[in-house]
Amino acid sequence: MFIDPHAHMISRTTDDYEAMAEAGIVAVIEPAFWVGQPRTFVGTYVDYLSTIVGFERFRAAQFDIRHYCTIGLNSKEANNEELAEGVMEWLPRFALKEGVVAIGEIGYDEQTALEDKYFRAQLTLAKELKLPVMVHTPHRDKKRGTSRSMDVCEEMGVDPSWVVIDHNNEETVKETLDRGFWAGFSIYPSTKMGNARMVELLKQYGGNGIIVDSACDWGISDCLGVPKTAQLALQSGISPEIVRQVTYANALEVYGKSGQIKERDWFEPTGIDQRDLYEGNSILRGGREPRIEAPGQRKKENLYIE
Amino acid sequence: MKQPSELLRQQVLRQADEHRDWLEERWQMLASDCSERELHIVMGMAPRILGKAQLTLEPDALAQFDAMLPGWQPVDWSLDSAARVVSLAIYRGERPFAAIFKDLRRTADTRELIALYQGLPFYPAPESLAFDVGEALRSNISDVFRAVVHHNPYPQTYFDGHRWNHMVLKALFINLPLQPILGLLERNNPELACQLVDHVKERWAAGRDISIEVWRCIAPYAIEANALDIFEQAINGTSKHGAAAALSLAANPDPRAQALLAANPRAQLLVDEGLAKENLVNEDLTHRNSLLKREDA
Repeated sequence: MFIDPHAHMISRTTDDYEAMAEAGIVAVIEPAFWVGQPRTFVGTYVDYLSTIVGFERFRAAQFDIRHYCTIGLNSKEANNEELAEGVMEWLPRFALKEGVVAIGEIGYDEQTALEDKYFRAQLTLAKELKLPVMVHTPHRDKKRGTSRSMDVCEEMGVDPSWVVIDHNNEETVKETLDRGFWAGFSIYPSTKMGNARMVELLKQYGGNGIIVDSACDWGISDCLGVPKTAQLALQSGISPEIVRQVTYANALEVYGKSGQIKERDWFEPTGIDQRDLYEGNSILRGGREPRIEAPGQRKKENLYIE
Repeated sequence: MKQPSELLRQQVLRQADEHRDWLEERWQMLASDCSERELHIVMGMAPRILGKAQLTLEPDALAQFDAMLPGWQPVDWSLDSAARVVSLAIYRGERPFAAIFKDLRRTADTRELIALYQGLPFYPAPESLAFDVGEALRSNISDVFRAVVHHNPYPQTYFDGHRWNHMVLKALFINLPLQPILGLLERNNPELACQLVDHVKERWAAGRDISIEVWRCIAPYAIEANALDIFEQAINGTSKHGAAAALSLAANPDPRAQALLAANPRAQLLVDEGLAKENLVNEDLTHRNSLLKREDA
């Protein structure tokens, strides 16, 4: 049973949802981000937030995966001041919606003055609304950018145990953990972490404070990053307790502080609210049955499409 | 006569228990010209404060509602949804109601969307919401579509013929029952009957099943829609469809419809079977849609 706490599902197909469900992923968290190329109208950002709060949750539910999201103005688009000002006005209207587990993914991309301004503004918002924070750390000048992100969080009076510093690597992990922040690792080919390297870090640091995600998106990335890392870790002799921490329990703990993600969401979907999407009425368009049995097999071996 | 929203407000306060004061305060604020931001926040907070329990009405409240909104029932209404509806119904802001509704809709999560549309009978300026209602009808999220279409007096009163017909067609397309559509028989029309005949033929050509509820909609216009041949086919086919088809056609006084039944040996048996099986529709729904755990029909 796994949680992938960083997955841009809006860019992924239903094949991915099928594979994720089959691999044991019960929940995903989709951070608000840019969509591959810069937005030019505030409205498209607003409609995107509406989609990750609404339709994408529904899409995931059809595969029995519980979908949550974070709301925020990302670091790249913070550089478009007109867009950024507009988006900041709309954020409070989305941040209290069902399934919103954090303000994010915010932080630095290039470490410009505008990025800094909106990073701070959103940390203030997170404090006001009592939400955890998902911090995106830069891919260039990462070591300094990550330190600086943590400096700003502390300066703004945000509790580090409410903050996930994501996209860590061998160079950033020690400081992140030492300063009391959660350390996220994105198992993403070529540009971020690999899972063999991740296993080495688990041997070194154990499971406390560490969260594994896939950050799968429009690029060449693997929606099975979390379960594959779990499997490799177990094979390499990492204890099941540590694997469970870093691929399930820690994500649940920090994002659970929002009150919007709980274990019973996937354990007892029939219990709570009759009208929740996940039980009873998750009918696909055209009336197909929602539960897919052995999806991989069905697709490859079945010539017929009905 | 009391407004429906006033009665709903009273019912919600009754069930709100220890949160009554919070709600009263918010509603006083909303009714006296505060910013839309406040409305949005109350809408967001409602489930977190009040919880999501099923809305329960006082015993005579339903009768009072029925007098004001014939056929309306709060099936699948939760307490927080009702509170959201009241909040919007009593809100006094500067912009036109449709503009306020639109901004709520475009930032709503799915449960909120459902509440927004369930509340249609309670709002001011209902005709002004035609565009936003259209967005719900076009939704890919079936529960949002259902909120407009089931147990809701709005479509019967405000939809033109085209929108009505397409609503019924979409309900069939996404395997929703027709029975909870208020005004299904009153708003039935020959054009819809023709569209349903095409729908039946298309499904049969594809080897796919159809809802047994279509027969009741086609039968009154069986002649206009040139549907006698498909009735014949249904009567000679499975008994499930045969019974529904025969029973509904029997209510059509046209001699050609009656002649078809008279000429078919199975027909009378099926009519009797159809009469005997009061829950014909329920059984069909259960069979075709084991996904649907709610009692809708």
